[in-house]
Amino acid sequence: MGLWDRWNGRTFVPWLLFISGAIVIAVLIMQPLMVLFFRDQISVLFPAGWVAVEERNLLYVIQAIMLLVIIPVYVLTFIFSWNYAAHNSKAKYEPDIVDNIIAECVWWGLPCILTIAIAVVTWVKTEQLDPFKPLESDKPTITIQVVALDWKWLFIYPDAKVASVNFVQFPANVPVRFQITADAPMNSFWIPHLGGQIYAMPNMITELNLIADVPGEYRGSSANFSGKGFAGMHFIAKASSAEEYEAWVKSAQEHTQSLNWTTYSNLALQSVNDPVQFFKLDDASLFDQISMKYMHPHASTEGK
Amino acid sequence: MTVNIFGRLKLEAFHHEASQNFAVMMMVLSGIAIIGLLTYFRLWRWLWNDWFTSCDPKRIGVMYIAVALLMFFKGFVDALMMRLQQALSVGSSHGFISADHFQEVFSAHGTTMIFFVAMGSVFGVMNLLIPLQIGARDVAFPFLNSVGFWLFASSATLSMTSLAIGKFSATGWLAYSPLSGIEFSPGEGVDYWIWILQIAGIGTTLSAINFMVTILKMRCPGMTFMKMPIFVWSCLCSVVLVIFAFPILTATLAMLTLDRDLGMHFFTAGGGGNPMLYINLIWAWGHPEVYILILPVFGIFSEVVPTFCEKRLFGYASMVWALVLITFLSFIVWVHHFFTMGASPPVNAFFAVMTKLIAIPTGVKIFNWLFTKFRGRVHFDSPMLWFFSFLLNFSIGGMTGVLLSAPPVDFQVHNSLFLIAHFHGMAIGGVLFGFFCAFTYWFPKFSGFRLSEKLNRIAFGCWFLGFLIAFMPLYMLGFMGATRRLDHYDVETGWHPLFLLAGFGALIILAGVLVQMYGLLKAIIDRDKNRDLSGDPWNGRTFEWSVPSPPPEYNFASIPKVNQRDQFWADKHLHTVQPTRAYEDILMPKNTAVGVYIGVLSLIFGFAMVWHMYWLAAISFIAIIACVIARVSGEDEHAVIPASKVEAMESAYLRAKMGEVK
Repeated sequence: MGLWDRWNGRTFVPWLLFISGAIVIAVLIMQPLMVLFFRDQISVLFPAGWVAVEERNLLYVIQAIMLLVIIPVYVLTFIFSWNYAAHNSKAKYEPDIVDNIIAECVWWGLPCILTIAIAVVTWVKTEQLDPFKPLESDKPTITIQVVALDWKWLFIYPDAKVASVNFVQFPANVPVRFQITADAPMNSFWIPHLGGQIYAMPNMITELNLIADVPGEYRGSSANFSGKGFAGMHFIAKASSAEEYEAWVKSAQEHTQSLNWTTYSNLALQSVNDPVQFFKLDDASLFDQISMKYMHPHASTEGK
Repeated sequence: MTVNIFGRLKLEAFHHEASQNFAVMMMVLSGIAIIGLLTYFRLWRWLWNDWFTSCDPKRIGVMYIAVALLMFFKGFVDALMMRLQQALSVGSSHGFISADHFQEVFSAHGTTMIFFVAMGSVFGVMNLLIPLQIGARDVAFPFLNSVGFWLFASSATLSMTSLAIGKFSATGWLAYSPLSGIEFSPGEGVDYWIWILQIAGIGTTLSAINFMVTILKMRCPGMTFMKMPIFVWSCLCSVVLVIFAFPILTATLAMLTLDRDLGMHFFTAGGGGNPMLYINLIWAWGHPEVYILILPVFGIFSEVVPTFCEKRLFGYASMVWALVLITFLSFIVWVHHFFTMGASPPVNAFFAVMTKLIAIPTGVKIFNWLFTKFRGRVHFDSPMLWFFSFLLNFSIGGMTGVLLSAPPVDFQVHNSLFLIAHFHGMAIGGVLFGFFCAFTYWFPKFSGFRLSEKLNRIAFGCWFLGFLIAFMPLYMLGFMGATRRLDHYDVETGWHPLFLLAGFGALIILAGVLVQMYGLLKAIIDRDKNRDLSGDPWNGRTFEWSVPSPPPEYNFASIPKVNQRDQFWADKHLHTVQPTRAYEDILMPKNTAVGVYIGVLSLIFGFAMVWHMYWLAAISFIAIIACVIARVSGEDEHAVIPASKVEAMESAYLRAKMGEVK
């Protein structure tokens, strides 16, 4: 008798349940192990800014509530498969059970209650973590304007009169207001260590308010596919001390390259994997011009 | 000004990268091999008369599934290419394909898997089962059904053509504007995508109308709505969704075409267009679309679980209302695909709550399936294995779906690989496992012979393990800030080990796919050893098991009568018999080649529109109209199967069945 014949019925079900159970448990164990191993890179779960921490906490809360349903489903799947397997002659067999009003009430009612709980938390947190909402802080907010270009990020500091490509620096513990638009197909502006993303769209200005609690260099990227050079559209977001930030602004202001509509039009041409660049800003209204560009009749991205 | 009869089609369209040239060569060679074999075995006439021109929904269903399996192979190769590229292309290495080609590959993967594999298998199963389960001999509009299939097949052919001639779209499977506009994607790629979807979409809409009318009007005597098999309910919900949702897709694509070809400004960034409108419209279709795919799968499991538990489905009424509720809710959640667009908190929160509401009926369905096992006799034949892994994977997918539905959480995981892991959990763990469940369950019914249980189990094991290894790392990658659609990334990101692990998982899935292909081939070769003569190999509950395997063209010699749910099961157990009546002449639709003609003409039309050969498009369009007019003007559309022939076929079946019982 071959292995396969012996694997029928009586022996197959325990094997199936044992192996699949082992796999499920292995996967469950693997997750915390990965978390320990890759801790520094798991930006969403180990963030460095208040917004991202709040978003992660909401994730944990909803996850915990969901487990109240998922765990019973898993347990029942295994218990019922084991106990009511066809070869188990000791188990009761009642083929004509069609319904049970109490049971139905439980599994319509319980998910309803849990869903209401999740919905309330979500609604409150959605209001609280509105990306447009300014963050509360005793320090004044810094405004940084962001333009998604093909395929690089341009950061404009209207107050400090500097600009940079694929690099953004700001002081830690100071709220930063990013004003975001695009002079390219839609992108999404995302610094996972600091907080969730928002779309960068031509003809539109979106906002993202973030704050870094810990100084450091964080990876930012475009999260929405925008064409050929998309994979290279990442940047460094550096949260530094206030002094370092001031020093950086000063050095950028002394840069020979200046940014105005003419040089911007050159910069906006398609290019891939651009290096970090710094500019002094000639034209403080540049961002408004870029965001208004598509309002003109016969506008095109070529930037006249 | 000269007019080129080839539009913008030039010789360069045949130049490709090495990997694509290889694919084209393989495609052409296998095409030649298939044509050669068909000619050698003189099968063309059989193919034409018995299959291509048939209006029999069972034949059309098999053809849908055949196309879906072929396209699955292509979509799966795309997936392997992506896994390989992402495993290789790190740091100083840039992988084995260029960024352009990688982008075509992921766009083609999504389009193929959704439109041809998932839709094809769902409509295939509907064609096979709906008439049999409602006790009907045919569908309401057999010719429309044939046209629907041939539009689907011609659209699949057009997508294969895009591999060999020119480029496919490189804008993702939903081609967000303005990237898909003429300014950023001037080539033929997006046009291929548009016309593939237009042709397939119109075919789908026609088929859905057919099935809605079939279910509403052609149920056998006594089968009231609440006595319908639950699979038929799920199909009714699904086709209602198609009828409401697909016109949105057709209109959206039409507007995108006007933007691209006539310089209009519906969705352009400048000129008063609004790209956000495109994203809203495409998801107003796209969200119902995912329920169009998953609802029939819920129906499949609701048929399979009671059969293999030898027990009635728990909470039938509750299951029906859950389906109806999901159908309704699926139309008011589309904004959850773009919470990150910057709508105000109340808007986002409203759509978040609506999305969470869907978890309630879905959870109810899971508990009802579980309690169908309660005090049953659970048999772990291969269809039940797929249900088992569906339950485990779909629960995880559902949980991550609820996470994604909270806007602040979504901001952090949207467009990351977390999202990819979530929807593959639903698409593979849900739709594909559901289709495999249906395939192993109904295969003996429609082929007349069984698959090897041993090979089914090996394939299942590979898929179960491979799926977890291929997709669980993606959740973690999402948490590490890895976005989707990257053809290259840096070493410092720390993603490489997990991408390697995911690639390894894909190889295990490949092993599963190869075992499945071998199993299918082996079952066909050994078919005489594994005949199902009884017509009821699993001790089934619905009417398709009351007829021979494979069912005769007319399905039922006499139309059954229904007093209760699972009538066939009740008949078997209470030893009641359906009233026998004298055999009668049966009127069935004749074969027609017009469906094939319309399909071929649509292929030419689509190809001509892609390459701007407007003269050819005009001619083929007029020819399609002419075909329709010719068909609707014809009168003699039916043929009679004489009572004597019915009697001969039925008694042969009964003799074989009795022989097996003895």
